[in-house]
Amino acid sequence: MTHRVVIVDDHAMFRSGVRAEVGRLVDVVGEAEDVATAVEAVVTLAPDVVLLDVHMPGGGGIEVIRQVATRLPETRFLALSVSDAAEDVIGVIRAGARGYVTKNITGAELVDAIGRVAAGDAVFSPRLAGFVLDAFAGTIEVAQVDEDLDRLTEREREVMRLIARGYAYKEVAKELFISVKTVETHVSSVLRKLQLSSRHELTRWAHERRLI
Amino acid sequence: MLRRIGHDPEAPRPRPWSGWVGNLWCRGSAPCDDRGVTTTSAPPRGTAPRAVRPVEHRVVGGVARGIADNVGVDVVWVRLAFVVATWFAFAGVIAYAVYWRVLPIGEPVRSDGLDSAARRGLRPSTSSAPMSRTEAAQTAALLALGVGVVLLLQVLGLGIGPGGSLLVPLLVGVAGVAVIWRQADDDRWSTWVVRTTGWEAAGRRAVGALLVVVAAAFLLLGSGGFSVATDAVAAVGVALVGIALILGPWIHRLSTDLTTERRERIRSQERADVAAHLHDSVLQTLALLQKNAHDPATVGTLARKQERELRAWLYGEDGDVPDTVRAALAADAADVEERHRVPIEVVGVGDVAVQGDPDVRALVRAAREAMTNAAQHSGAERVDVYLEVSDRVAEVFVRDRGRGFDRADVGPDRMGVRGSIEDRMTRHGGEADVRTAPGEGTEVRLRLPLRPRTDHQHDEITPEQEEAR
Repeated sequence: MTHRVVIVDDHAMFRSGVRAEVGRLVDVVGEAEDVATAVEAVVTLAPDVVLLDVHMPGGGGIEVIRQVATRLPETRFLALSVSDAAEDVIGVIRAGARGYVTKNITGAELVDAIGRVAAGDAVFSPRLAGFVLDAFAGTIEVAQVDEDLDRLTEREREVMRLIARGYAYKEVAKELFISVKTVETHVSSVLRKLQLSSRHELTRWAHERRLI
Repeated sequence: MLRRIGHDPEAPRPRPWSGWVGNLWCRGSAPCDDRGVTTTSAPPRGTAPRAVRPVEHRVVGGVARGIADNVGVDVVWVRLAFVVATWFAFAGVIAYAVYWRVLPIGEPVRSDGLDSAARRGLRPSTSSAPMSRTEAAQTAALLALGVGVVLLLQVLGLGIGPGGSLLVPLLVGVAGVAVIWRQADDDRWSTWVVRTTGWEAAGRRAVGALLVVVAAAFLLLGSGGFSVATDAVAAVGVALVGIALILGPWIHRLSTDLTTERRERIRSQERADVAAHLHDSVLQTLALLQKNAHDPATVGTLARKQERELRAWLYGEDGDVPDTVRAALAADAADVEERHRVPIEVVGVGDVAVQGDPDVRALVRAAREAMTNAAQHSGAERVDVYLEVSDRVAEVFVRDRGRGFDRADVGPDRMGVRGSIEDRMTRHGGEADVRTAPGEGTEVRLRLPLRPRTDHQHDEITPEQEEAR
């Protein structure tokens, strides 16, 4: 099954580049260049996956997700950016994106990531995994821990570390003697924590860190 | 503290022109106030952070907010303290005024790239939230409480001056001074005091002249008894306040003009710097790219090098001397990448200083060797480097998906893995572990236990601590 994809980026050259790279393997149904056109395109086309630039006119990717997510619960968002700001990357994830990859990703990896996101899984690049480990690093007082949302389990931490080390999901699975499906479950769980944790350090950390 | 913690972090509003100045020199993690505004550059560990007046979320001068943030209590208590102190011979007002002069303004440390992106609407607008309704109500209540008690004290005859005749002029005077100070904040204030021409000078002279008149009035009316002199002073005080109010708008406008002018000047200098930088870096790279258009590897390397440089420049993480592991690894990765034309991605979690620690330096050297090996021999398209530093241990993983090798086939004469990586790590109390097999790629894992750094750090910090005190 080919996935229906909308590419949202304010650089036409980048859009055509992505289209050329992934166009044979996924169905690029539309493109948009800013928040307004993106919202319109996504709402009318109802794609499976939206490749979303973090920074673009009209308020950035976050704004698109905010305006569209409730109307189209089936549409998944994959952030694709050169953005260096942890604040913005975490922001777009917390707004509801299912993953984050950098723009220098290869075509094959991007197609793979689109498939994963479309299936409801999360896509973590090494950088994002590094972010997560950094954000959830350190010990926090037990009293401050709001349920389990605010910390990673040992297993999740191991998975994140392997992803940060450049392991693909398959390799992570092999390394930890678990199935790829289990890896996906762990990653989705981390994504959920990243989106829902109200851990103060997370917000604060994202503000402090300027660079991926 | 009534902290707002949430799913929707309120981003701070960047000051129009503090971005460049603030960012190029203030790097590293910095303490944030409760709304995530990074208010100052990072103080070295071990020194008490100095209180600053935040640019945002302030009512008058930001003194109460600054002290509250520094001490770690809710701002309402600080405000209450000032109000209560005011009941005792206006000590609160005086203290507030003194703090206002003494506390520096806290510049938000922001990234230029982000500031610009926010300005152009490429990311959510980062305007600061207005004062919450609760806070406004609290402040109004405090103000009413303060004024009420002061009036009560006057009525009861416990306040300032005989019969409270001085109270009203004094209050008006304080208000006038507050208005002026509010407008002539910091650098503007100093201009106002220092300038010898223009309205500031005129205003200053006027005030000076009036003070002379006051003195004269004292002299002339000295024989008229204390009450007469008091009345005169009160009258002169009112006149002074009146003049201050008359001059206020001009002073304000002039100072605004000055600020605008200064801002323009800074802007044009920035523009010149940007132009110079683009010329030196980007244009040169573009020329090189055109020349090397036939060689994809060179083009890729040039592009990545330029990207790194531009990023470092835009997001302010450049450093001439890499003084932390992460910076050193990034610099080495860039260097190796340039030499061998294989992209190397560095992801880091945590950090530790390199300076003065030969073990950590050895770790960086070993990692560099591993990166070089991966780039040179593996044939992989990309090398992933992951650094993780905790309190007790620093680990570096260098991974490629290249051809891998069989340890048995590597002759004893080959120094790389054994000498430069394994032995080096062992010598420095760490360990190295190479996982590889033909066709499986290679991963080099370096692990270095970190010594407890307390005593070591103590020695380094002490002078600064003393200075801070």
